Amino acid sequence: MAVTALKSSARPATRDVSAWERLKVNRNWLGLWFMLPAAAFLVLFLAYPLGLGVWLSFTDAKIGRSGIFVGYENYEWLWDDSIFWLSVFNTLLYTLVASTIKFAVGLYLALLLNENLPFKAILRAIVLIPFIVPTVLSAIAFWWIYDSQFSIVSWTLRHLGFISGNIDFLGDPWNARWSVIFANIWRGVPFVAITLLAGLQTVSPSLYEAATIDGASSWQRFRYITYPLLTPIIAVVMTFSVLFTFTDFQLIWVLTRGGPVNATHLMATLSYQRAIIGGQLGEGAAIATAMIPFLLAAILISWFGLQRRKWQQGESND
Amino acid sequence: MKDFTRRCLIKGGTAAAAAGALTGPAFLEWAKAWAQSAPWKPEKGAQLSILRWKYFVQSEDDAFVALMDSFTKATGVKVTIARESYEDVQPKASVAANTGAGPDLFWGLYSLPHLFPQKCLDVTDVADYLGKKYGGWVPTAVTYGKGSGNKWIAIPVCYAGNLLNYRLEASKKAGFSKFPTTTDEFLAYAKAMKAQGTPGGMALGHASGDGNAWIYWCLWAFGGNVVDKDDKVIINSPETEKALNYAKALYENYVPGTASWNDASNNKAFLGGEIHWTNNGISIYVAAQNDPSKKQIAEDMDHAYWPVGPVGKPTEFHLMFPLMAMNYTKYPQACKALMAYMLEADQFNKWLTASKGYLTHCLNAYDKNPVWTADPKTTPFRDVAKRTLTAGGLGSVGEKAASAIADFVVLDMFAAYCTGREDAKGAIKIADRQLRRIYR
Repeated sequence: MAVTALKSSARPATRDVSAWERLKVNRNWLGLWFMLPAAAFLVLFLAYPLGLGVWLSFTDAKIGRSGIFVGYENYEWLWDDSIFWLSVFNTLLYTLVASTIKFAVGLYLALLLNENLPFKAILRAIVLIPFIVPTVLSAIAFWWIYDSQFSIVSWTLRHLGFISGNIDFLGDPWNARWSVIFANIWRGVPFVAITLLAGLQTVSPSLYEAATIDGASSWQRFRYITYPLLTPIIAVVMTFSVLFTFTDFQLIWVLTRGGPVNATHLMATLSYQRAIIGGQLGEGAAIATAMIPFLLAAILISWFGLQRRKWQQGESND
Repeated sequence: MKDFTRRCLIKGGTAAAAAGALTGPAFLEWAKAWAQSAPWKPEKGAQLSILRWKYFVQSEDDAFVALMDSFTKATGVKVTIARESYEDVQPKASVAANTGAGPDLFWGLYSLPHLFPQKCLDVTDVADYLGKKYGGWVPTAVTYGKGSGNKWIAIPVCYAGNLLNYRLEASKKAGFSKFPTTTDEFLAYAKAMKAQGTPGGMALGHASGDGNAWIYWCLWAFGGNVVDKDDKVIINSPETEKALNYAKALYENYVPGTASWNDASNNKAFLGGEIHWTNNGISIYVAAQNDPSKKQIAEDMDHAYWPVGPVGKPTEFHLMFPLMAMNYTKYPQACKALMAYMLEADQFNKWLTASKGYLTHCLNAYDKNPVWTADPKTTPFRDVAKRTLTAGGLGSVGEKAASAIADFVVLDMFAAYCTGREDAKGAIKIADRQLRRIYR
């Protein structure tokens, strides 16, 4: 900059530096150009599809045919649609219960795996298995486990004499809900456990040593050392976990397709059924768009949580 | 649920080889002669691609591939085949129609061509040619094939019948040496079968094939209808309520768990000996025949028409598979030649035989195909094209009917009432509201 400034001042005073000349050497201008490829990617693959989805929800588009703008009509219709509200309820229940249990079990597993166990490496690898298996595969396995006639669970209990008839896992609304939640938990625990384990490994052993010397019980060590130091990673893990669970699709689609009588329809599956299978693209897009506020709320909670030092470093340290 | 294993690849290979043996030099001569004399001459250098629904009976697909091969040999037109699960053909075809690019031909479900009639190649000449030559089309095929006006927009290739499958011995023991022919007898049958510990069941989950087949049969059998002939929604009627009550009475005599069933569940349960009657295509029977350990099931089972309800005439609902060509194709003559070639007796008879009753013709002359009489247990499937009603019932077979079926509106109405989630009035009200939106 200094060099160019010198140069321009050496030129005849009659010729002013044009705005273009100045722009050419402006670092911010250059920076803008370097950012463009990344911005183009984001716009093309994130903003455009999202915008298109939201736009579609204001039209009566069908598959293979662009629709006309209908304003809030899709939303008004959904507002009175009992199946839509049922799917909202199912989604919230599914997310809340599954995420909570995944967190509890995941944290427990992580603490366990952090101890000095024999065959530690193998055990850690085994824990990851449910996460590695493709969702559709594990969903098909659960489909057999929950089968109304050939369930291994029913079979075993029947042969042990605990029950007389088969358990109707996926045929009864509440059984079906708990069954799909269980399958989701089975699948999601390893992610939580392994990530929290990674967090646990960053806690310095000297802190525990100091606490032990001070006579802290194991609960106190967890409560006042492990937990506060783990909160940032908990916030990240739970954000992801909630997002994955909220937008789950494959598991439900393979196991129940939203049945029985829509008792397990999540917003994602209902959106797919209406938009792609039923061809009502606009209405399906409206259901998908209705998920955005919930997802934003989940992200914001953890975002603000991450910003707060209290969350990161324990209480009374604002 | 089709597993694609090495074994089945080998089986497919040998079957294809066997089919190749049939298509000896004499046959090739015939095919070439056909290509010479056919009214449609494929364009020079023509190549076709076809997207079809994914098969349920392996030998049917083998025969289809052999058929396409012989067409290539006769005319020099290369045909590329792609397969999709039958529910997924429709979205793909819609996108292709909208963008004007994609496979030349689509072979899909029900009302596929009616979603975009103006994008379909006019195939009136092919339909007339085949109709004249093979004893005419059955009336429902005309409904599916013709667009508005008198133009054919698709060739209704075949139906896949969905009939009642039942075990002989158990039925006899329950006092039914013949399968019931009326809805009242059928209910008595279901009760008797349950009472002696050999119950049956029909899918009430989101099973697009089996589920829709039985609940539409039930709705129509009692005079209920989704829409009238002007596509006005008339689901809210006493007849619908009667149908619901009947379905509930049946449901109470099913094996537990049918509310969770998808299209594959009843096949598994029937072949596993857990249920003794259900509704299905011929695939259970074919699977039982092909599996040595299930031979006794194949011998002890048979198929029957759907019982007739108070309306006094058959109200069956079978899957239609229409074949359409897109008008963006560069080779319209080749498309038409292929359509005609597929349904010529020398091809179609072989194909029909290989499908073992899974597919049913829409051209009257094929009633005589030996597949329908060689094994009397396949005979009922011969008549499904004549007994079926069309998607949408009294109304049009277009997009709206397809939407209502795909969104399980009527199926959910029955399921909600049968499982006790809603009372009859409530279930009908929900369906009525959804249907009014679809048919607006």
